Amino acid sequence: MSTETAAPITNAAKASAQQALKENLRQYGLVLALIAIMLFFAYMTNGILFLPVNLTNVVLQNSYIIVMALGMLLVIVAGHIDLSVGSVAGFIGAVAAVLMVDYNFNPFLAGLAGIAVGAMIGGAQGYFIAYMKIPSFIVTLSGMLVFKGLLLWLLGGRSVGPFPTEFQMLSAGFIPDVIGKLTIVAPQLNAAGNPMPNTGIVLHSTTMVIGILIVAAMLYVALKSRRNRESHGYEAEPFALFVAKNALMGAIILYLMYKFASYKGLPNVLIVMGVLIALFVFITKRMTFGRRIFAMGGNEKAAKLSGIQTERLTFFVFVIMGMLAALAGLIYAARLNQATPKAGAGMELDVIAAVFVGGASAMGGVGEVAGAVIGAFIMGVMNNGMGLMGINIDWQQVIKGLVLLGAVAFDLYNKRKA
Amino acid sequence: MAETILEMKDITKTFPGVRALSNVNLNVRRGEIHAIVGENGAGKSTLMKVLSGVYPIGSYSGEILYEGKECRFGGIHDSEKLGIVIIHQELALVPLLSIAENIFLGNEQARFGVIDWNSVRKRSAELLRKVGLHEDPDTLITNIGTGKQQLVEIAKALSKEVKLLILDEPTASLSEKDSHALLDLLAEFRRQGMTAILISHKLNEVKKIADRVTVIRDGQTIETMDKDDVTEDRIITSMVGRTMEDRYPSRDAKVGDIIFEVKNWSVYHPLHTDRQVIKNISLNVRKGEVVGIAGLMGAGRTEFAMSVFGRTYGTNVTGEVFLHGKPADTSTVGKAVANGLAYATEDRKVYGLNLIDHIKHNVTIANLPAVASRTGVIDDMSELKAANEYRKKTNIRSSSVYQITGNLSGGNQQKVVLSKWLFSDPEVLILDEPTRGIDVGAKYEVYTIINKLAEEGKAIIVISSEMPELLGICDRIYVLNEGRIVGELAARDASQEKIMRAIVRGEERAAS
Repeated sequence: MSTETAAPITNAAKASAQQALKENLRQYGLVLALIAIMLFFAYMTNGILFLPVNLTNVVLQNSYIIVMALGMLLVIVAGHIDLSVGSVAGFIGAVAAVLMVDYNFNPFLAGLAGIAVGAMIGGAQGYFIAYMKIPSFIVTLSGMLVFKGLLLWLLGGRSVGPFPTEFQMLSAGFIPDVIGKLTIVAPQLNAAGNPMPNTGIVLHSTTMVIGILIVAAMLYVALKSRRNRESHGYEAEPFALFVAKNALMGAIILYLMYKFASYKGLPNVLIVMGVLIALFVFITKRMTFGRRIFAMGGNEKAAKLSGIQTERLTFFVFVIMGMLAALAGLIYAARLNQATPKAGAGMELDVIAAVFVGGASAMGGVGEVAGAVIGAFIMGVMNNGMGLMGINIDWQQVIKGLVLLGAVAFDLYNKRKA
Repeated sequence: MAETILEMKDITKTFPGVRALSNVNLNVRRGEIHAIVGENGAGKSTLMKVLSGVYPIGSYSGEILYEGKECRFGGIHDSEKLGIVIIHQELALVPLLSIAENIFLGNEQARFGVIDWNSVRKRSAELLRKVGLHEDPDTLITNIGTGKQQLVEIAKALSKEVKLLILDEPTASLSEKDSHALLDLLAEFRRQGMTAILISHKLNEVKKIADRVTVIRDGQTIETMDKDDVTEDRIITSMVGRTMEDRYPSRDAKVGDIIFEVKNWSVYHPLHTDRQVIKNISLNVRKGEVVGIAGLMGAGRTEFAMSVFGRTYGTNVTGEVFLHGKPADTSTVGKAVANGLAYATEDRKVYGLNLIDHIKHNVTIANLPAVASRTGVIDDMSELKAANEYRKKTNIRSSSVYQITGNLSGGNQQKVVLSKWLFSDPEVLILDEPTRGIDVGAKYEVYTIINKLAEEGKAIIVISSEMPELLGICDRIYVLNEGRIVGELAARDASQEKIMRAIVRGEERAAS
């Protein structure tokens, strides 16, 4: 029965090399787009965008969006949507604020309490979506109204703050330089004998060490999985492509680390983000839990008949989303050093936009953590760059909207062509 | 000799990386039923899409002459204007609209955008009479069966003043009775002068009704034969490029003890909870045995299988399941799978596969723990190994296990579904219409897989609407009618007549 087999197999090797390149281009297309956008704004702002202080700012400004985008990716891949995350984030920020300021809670406990409440909110919404089969759009639209209302009620029109320093450190802090500063070019001193800003190069060496360790770990994992494939007799991608890919990623990471190191080092929140991103990449790529979410989003009926408990899975996806929305709310409050009645308003749209710019499908079943993170950074860099250029907020909205539409249209066009 | 109504010359159509059609020629005469046969993926549907303008001029090379004039279709509307209407394999009806609304969908009987409902009802009633469908035009599509829906599609085609009707596998999801009715209708239209192109996998149908048959293989026309030259063997030889002595592989059945047994199984309809769909069914399967379930569409075969497999159908399910003589809990899919049951669904696209994901992920999804650690971390290498193993075992034709299942042919998709359930390592396999809509070559492969599984000592239940298939591969056949078992036959004593008789007797008994 092999009348049809001959043709495809002879071309298999060539085809798979081509396919590998094609797939990589799509995957790395986003990274390239981000780099292009950064270079564009760097040019338009005379390099301000790449100043260490500004890059640090970009991270701080977008951290809460990225944290929520991780959960939103799961939600969207599962075939749902969550419109309530902005309101939930605002509400949890207020809950933690009231606990700390009005009731003198320990900041750590207040944070934990906030995340627990977030989990419960996610669970409640997840229950209606998963078990009562009410469309997520409706449930989370209600949630959006409910928690926006509860936020206003809880704060009663005032802003609550400031917070204990430990809590502020979540957003405003940097990791301590345990190794000590490394002076490469001594800064010029002013009349009083203090170093002048923006002169010389003094590196936060712990940050540099962490950067080098990350790149080393990345290369080690990549090489090991390549070896593993080869030792099992499976073809790996062409070696040149492999080297180019990893060299590019390594260079980008080292460059960014260098930038952070020449300011105040790694922000604490970047560590939190990094750990979460790694965790979610692992969950989506390597864990049965993640795989099942993709299977469910791709074809819920087939998933169900394959023994996947789709209700429970959906429920937990929303619990996770609730926890991440809560964490984002804490980060946002810590950044402002107060909880305000307007906190979180409209954030859900930025989060959803990031996930779609990152290549997720609105139909479910398709999406990548890395894509969502880069998508968030694309939107974040545009915010930052346009702000630096002094473009009015009205036009910023218009441009961001068009970029979202354009990115998704371009992606669909590419997929249809393939 | 009748004049030529349609001529397609040297049609070549390529998709990125694949040449779907190369220099295909097709000649159709006025007033004939012209059958096109070929294995799945041979290019039949692509050719019809070229003809109907789904693939517009410029996206293919070659010439289409219709009534002597060259056609340059930019889209479906252009071909419909000339009276060329295609009815696709997947019916394109809107379930929650009425029959009448569906017939005139996109072609509404309206003046200045205001629908003239009187004319709509009158004309639909006329069309329904023509196709022999006795339903109120206001009935919703969702409330009539697939056979009747197919007739509505034909009525819809008639409303467009069709001269050349193209039917892509019209009987694929019809029961034998409905198929006959449909073929009779086509013969009637032929008497009235309509020309039809019929794409079909069912060779007996083709033999029965077609005036001429064109065989397509690997995107090329192999031959066109006249009615008198048509034999099933010749068609099969042309289709697969070799003679096939036996359509069913032989097997030495080594039947052992009873593995799987269902006793007094009753199920009620999930929405109309007073309607009993399955009535007190008891059956058993032995080790190494292939047991068939025959019956007409709507007899309750799928409903029975799904209710046993994790209660995925029905309410108020009662009865007992035994494995190796011990009561077994199959009340959720997870428990059923854990107890060694597997159910490969009838509709692989809707219930069987994640079409946007690749083969590897589809094969392992029902048994992920087998390639994962206890903490739920998937081992990529053992997953890849498993997927490759089953790809080889079931002979899935693809560039690699990373091919998206939505791009595979029906036969290969079915093999992915089989692989998925084989990977869950079941003792009892329920295969629901395992060869529906797949070509003879792939069917033979599926039968071979079934035989191999039986030889390995698995207990297999095959649900099928094709009686010759059941007779060809089963050891024993249960006949189901209206939710009841109305017969149990050893395959060697069974015949199509005996099965039909059991069904008819069952119907009489139900009526009396």
